[in-house]
Amino acid sequence: MNLEALYQDIILDHYKNPRGKGLLEHPLASAFHVNPTCGDEITVQVGADESGGLRIGYEGQGCSISQASASVLVELIQGKSVEDSEQVRLAFIELMHSKGVGEPDEEVLGDAVAFAGVAKFPARVKCALLAWMALQDAEIQAGLLTTGEPS
Amino acid sequence: MSVLDVAAIKADFPILSTTVRGGQPLVYLDSGATSQKPVVVLDAERDFYEHANAAVHRGAHALAEEATDAFENARRTIAAFNGARSEDLVFTKNATESLNLAAYAFSNATALAQFEPHAANPQFVLRPGDSIVVTEMEHHANLVPWQEVCRKTGATLRWIPLTEEGRLDLTNIDSIIDKTTKAVSVVHQSNILGTLNPVRQLMELAHAVHAVGIIDACQSIPHMPVSMDELGADLVAWSGHKMLGPTGIGCLWGTESILNAMPPFLSGGSMIEMVAMEKSTFALPPAKFEAGTPMAAQAVGLAVAVRYLENIGMEAVAAHEDALTQYTLDALNSLDGVRIIGPADSKDRGSAISFVVEGLHPHDVGQVLDSVGVAVRVGHHCAWPTCRRFGVPSTTRISPYIYNDFRDIDKAVLGIQAAQEFFGVNA
Repeated sequence: MNLEALYQDIILDHYKNPRGKGLLEHPLASAFHVNPTCGDEITVQVGADESGGLRIGYEGQGCSISQASASVLVELIQGKSVEDSEQVRLAFIELMHSKGVGEPDEEVLGDAVAFAGVAKFPARVKCALLAWMALQDAEIQAGLLTTGEPS
Repeated sequence: MSVLDVAAIKADFPILSTTVRGGQPLVYLDSGATSQKPVVVLDAERDFYEHANAAVHRGAHALAEEATDAFENARRTIAAFNGARSEDLVFTKNATESLNLAAYAFSNATALAQFEPHAANPQFVLRPGDSIVVTEMEHHANLVPWQEVCRKTGATLRWIPLTEEGRLDLTNIDSIIDKTTKAVSVVHQSNILGTLNPVRQLMELAHAVHAVGIIDACQSIPHMPVSMDELGADLVAWSGHKMLGPTGIGCLWGTESILNAMPPFLSGGSMIEMVAMEKSTFALPPAKFEAGTPMAAQAVGLAVAVRYLENIGMEAVAAHEDALTQYTLDALNSLDGVRIIGPADSKDRGSAISFVVEGLHPHDVGQVLDSVGVAVRVGHHCAWPTCRRFGVPSTTRISPYIYNDFRDIDKAVLGIQAAQEFFGVNA
């Protein structure tokens, strides 16, 4: 098995050098999620910046996949409108459920395309989705989304 | 190396000659989760379905008799393996159900006491102020059912804490097991730490305050000689699939008096003596606790698994695993950045060995091991509070069995070093 296909350099880089880690001073909402099979945990917060874009804060502990995924999430979502962030979030979820046969759109997903290999490992898909599910939950709590499904 | 002819044993397990992840020979070191099955067990199940299959304990045709004989002979074989009488051995779906059966005896008796006081044995009736005692190293299966009993009855859950080394801290045991205690339910050998607990002593403490003594023997019965007499418990739970048997069958042994005193758990067919529209009376144990069509083929398979272990000899199994345990502990201790969670020497410990690698998450360690064909368990091992106790979110666990040898351990060690290399955390 090719480990590099799963642990692409982008993932290892985000794992070792997480971007934007830390909690917000004035969050609109926070969501705490755990992966009950391994005990990994993450808190994702949403807030608003001056121009009406999303601010994201997070704290967590877990495996390289779950923590790198949170770091990539911040990089992609920070400053985006709710609508634009939805496009990214839904594209990431679709990629993770593709069983590794999907063709990710780099325009939308940026560094998150590196997670395409993770989709081939069912046991690790949950790790990759942990932060994204917490984001959805926090956005619903903040009244920014009514449901996790596309409208 | 060993008292066992591991090569010959390996040859009995078809799955152990398969490859995984693009041609890597499988090294299976996850027997604490479930063991592999020798071909004689697979054949026995198939043979039952081909020649004897019928619903047991009902019907008068030839197959019904054969199936019932096979099922009850299996019960005798499995009971005798641990020095027990077959009348005292209840079959369940798995050890989790066995432990729930024990826990529900308390919540059911407490509920019964409200409306039918004479039908509720006071030994099992709980009130606020009563306590139930477990340990801080229980598998969730011997923790969550007792939490639920306490929620339903107002009783208090207490637990015996752990030392840094991963052993029970009995310093204040007299204030943990006291006259309020109605049940003491403890694990014989920890599935995460490997610790072998002084269960006989704990059962004596339970009996001194007239509490029911219960043992989770899932990780001991497959790996060492265990005699029900020597454990000194009232109830003992274990599973079939961790001792070379099929999934879908668990065991609960109880003393004659305790099984008679316990109210039924699941109810329905097979467990009755007489049924009228108004009310029913119940069969004697073990039938009283075996509602519905039982798992006959699985019982037959488990009996063959037990005979397979008897042929090797449980003393030899234990000696083999002791050697593997010492070898694994030495190998892990020699690696930089590896910390063993649990007793660091092989005295009073089994072969399940948990560890963490500095700078690496267990999931990532397991993934690298998997990539070279080595199957280990990663996660909290259904013992989340134990992980918390040691300040780790989860661990990686090596749990070998009769079909593993030193070379398998060597491959795991090389895999750990490869993980350190890959993630750049070589110490």
